[in-house]
Amino acid sequence: MAAVPPWAMLLVAPFVVLNVVVGLVTYITLLERKFAARMQSRIGPYRVGPHGLLQPIADALKLMMKEDIVPAAADRHVFNLAPIVFLIPCMLIFATIPFAPGLGVGDLNIGILFFLAVSSMEIVGLFMAGWGSNNKYALLSAMRAVNQIISYDLPFIFSALVPVILAGSLKLGDIAALQQGSLLHWFIFYPVIGQLAFIMFVVATLAAENRVPFDILEAESELVAGFRVEYSGMKFALIQLGEYAHMIGSSFLGALLFLGAWSGPGPESIGPVWFLLKMVFMFLLVTWIRWSFVRIRADQILALSWKVLLPATLALLLTTAVVVVWRTNGF
Amino acid sequence: MLDRSSVARVELDWAGPERLTMNMGPQHPSAHGVFRAIVTLEGETVVAVDAVIGYLHRCHEKLAETLTYAQYPSIASKTDYVAAMTSEFAYVLAAEEIGKIDVPKRAQYLRVICAELQRIASHLLWLGTWCMDMGGALGGGATIFLYCIRERETILDLFESLVGARLLYGFYQVGGVRYDIPSGWTQACRSTLELIEQRVVEYERMLENNPFFLARAKGVGVISRDLAQDIGIAGPLLRGSGISYDVRRAAPYSSYGDFDFSIPIETDGDCFARYRVRMVEFRQAITIIRQALDRLPEGPISSRPALKSVAQTRIPKGEAYARVEGPRGEVGNYMVADGSAKPYRMKWRGASFSNLSVLPHIIPGHKVADVVAIMGSVDPVFGEVDR
Repeated sequence: MAAVPPWAMLLVAPFVVLNVVVGLVTYITLLERKFAARMQSRIGPYRVGPHGLLQPIADALKLMMKEDIVPAAADRHVFNLAPIVFLIPCMLIFATIPFAPGLGVGDLNIGILFFLAVSSMEIVGLFMAGWGSNNKYALLSAMRAVNQIISYDLPFIFSALVPVILAGSLKLGDIAALQQGSLLHWFIFYPVIGQLAFIMFVVATLAAENRVPFDILEAESELVAGFRVEYSGMKFALIQLGEYAHMIGSSFLGALLFLGAWSGPGPESIGPVWFLLKMVFMFLLVTWIRWSFVRIRADQILALSWKVLLPATLALLLTTAVVVVWRTNGF
Repeated sequence: MLDRSSVARVELDWAGPERLTMNMGPQHPSAHGVFRAIVTLEGETVVAVDAVIGYLHRCHEKLAETLTYAQYPSIASKTDYVAAMTSEFAYVLAAEEIGKIDVPKRAQYLRVICAELQRIASHLLWLGTWCMDMGGALGGGATIFLYCIRERETILDLFESLVGARLLYGFYQVGGVRYDIPSGWTQACRSTLELIEQRVVEYERMLENNPFFLARAKGVGVISRDLAQDIGIAGPLLRGSGISYDVRRAAPYSSYGDFDFSIPIETDGDCFARYRVRMVEFRQAITIIRQALDRLPEGPISSRPALKSVAQTRIPKGEAYARVEGPRGEVGNYMVADGSAKPYRMKWRGASFSNLSVLPHIIPGHKVADVVAIMGSVDPVFGEVDR
């Protein structure tokens, strides 16, 4: 193979990853719609292309052709900038995910730290959208967003740190490598701690991704569409893209931290396929919860986080640390 | 006397003048129609709510003066379009009371069957939309909604084979009903009831084992017994507040006295109590329909000759108030007849209208999210509120 200059790799890898993510987002929306339809004894998208396979393309085209409306009273710059500020962190999180050993944009030493830090940056975009729209629904939604992110980022981080302690590394590649070989090496099968951490991770993910039962930001029955109520056309599409990209990123993270990433039967070369399937499993788990629960109230969400989830994850994290120290050093 | 202070604003006094006045409606995803609530917020908490109605006013009562007794029942359907059979029922009962018109037993039973089927259909729609209010159109609420709509379809199919229409029927006529049941309808009705009986259990399992649903419904929007009586709310709301009042039992009409059924009561007065009342009413309605189908007598379906012209039915001079128990409570019709083919005056008492007036008393103090949950639990239909 001809030597590829490193600067070219630096350009090519992000380009490929971004395009794959955008493609994934388009088709994972179709998957969700089909899955939800089955849950609700419907068929789901069926008309555009065979089995509705072209539906996401049609939706994207429709959104592109929609008129781009900026409310007269909106803070124009903030309003226009918000979707981009929201989208960038949602895309950046893919920078550090290794899709197979050595296959990724950059497997940082502090990969998981980068992931968690960047993914909580999306709140800036959310708040900008809510504030800039100059709409009361959007403003309320933005207030809720700040509340929720502050409350759920800590449990999210704590539950994601459990595998880090088990693996002894912040590098996502190392965490994944430790889970190879056997099903029992997956951190979800680590006795007791693994399962508890997984459950807490899923709950915190739901909140971080603003999915039912924690979707108080969107809350279309009271706040119409929340922070994105004034957005139309491509800007709406960008917010939607960011949201789903974030969801896919979190699903990848969950699959990597708990489900052994690319470990699976068959040759190592099909590892990424296993990883993708596990990501889809994580995504469908969240979707399943989304389409069967009712939304809870903002104050109940905060109570759940501060009174239950935060102490629980913190206790679990400490327990994990003790167990790991005990197993390596003895008392 | 109604205590005016119960409408008062809940003063929190921590936000000072920093209040947000927000408009929910008249076009809002969870307004159940065109209802406008002007809510004053302090943070997430509702301080005051101002209910504005009238966006769907269609001059129904004036319209009734221009339509004959044969024409109006199908228009009466349009007052409460979710439970169209009920308003027709009240209208023809009032006319029959003035004219002292007998209704054959078979027609009375058919009326009861349709009214109770309509109650099931209406409660199904209520359950679906209420859950959608709480769960979101892109969440578990929509799942329940679609399940409920699926079951409601089976009842609409029954109505379609009986009347030919699925939403607005014109089934009730002065002196009886317009159509007799077609062959095989009884069997179809029985199997539908069986299906719904099973599905209601499924809904209960899905909702009552769900801590999120309980957190949203329990202790929210409590209507005290006294407030319920002061405001004059009716139907499941009243029974959810611990008052045993049902027109079917208090003043039996159309052979309701023949059937054996119970009136569900809950004492908590919150959204969950109202939900429980309606869940039991599903089963009671099913029991009533089964009894009516079992004992359905043979005979004519109307005491009056078949209609040849719309002005054929003439009601002598007089006035009467007839009431029926609709899915949302007492539906009343006050009619003044002058001996012609059209009523001289007519007035509706809509159950949704009086139920809705409880909102400003119970909403202040709750969070924004509860506004829609409480409004959904009241189950207003704006066709009936504004008429």
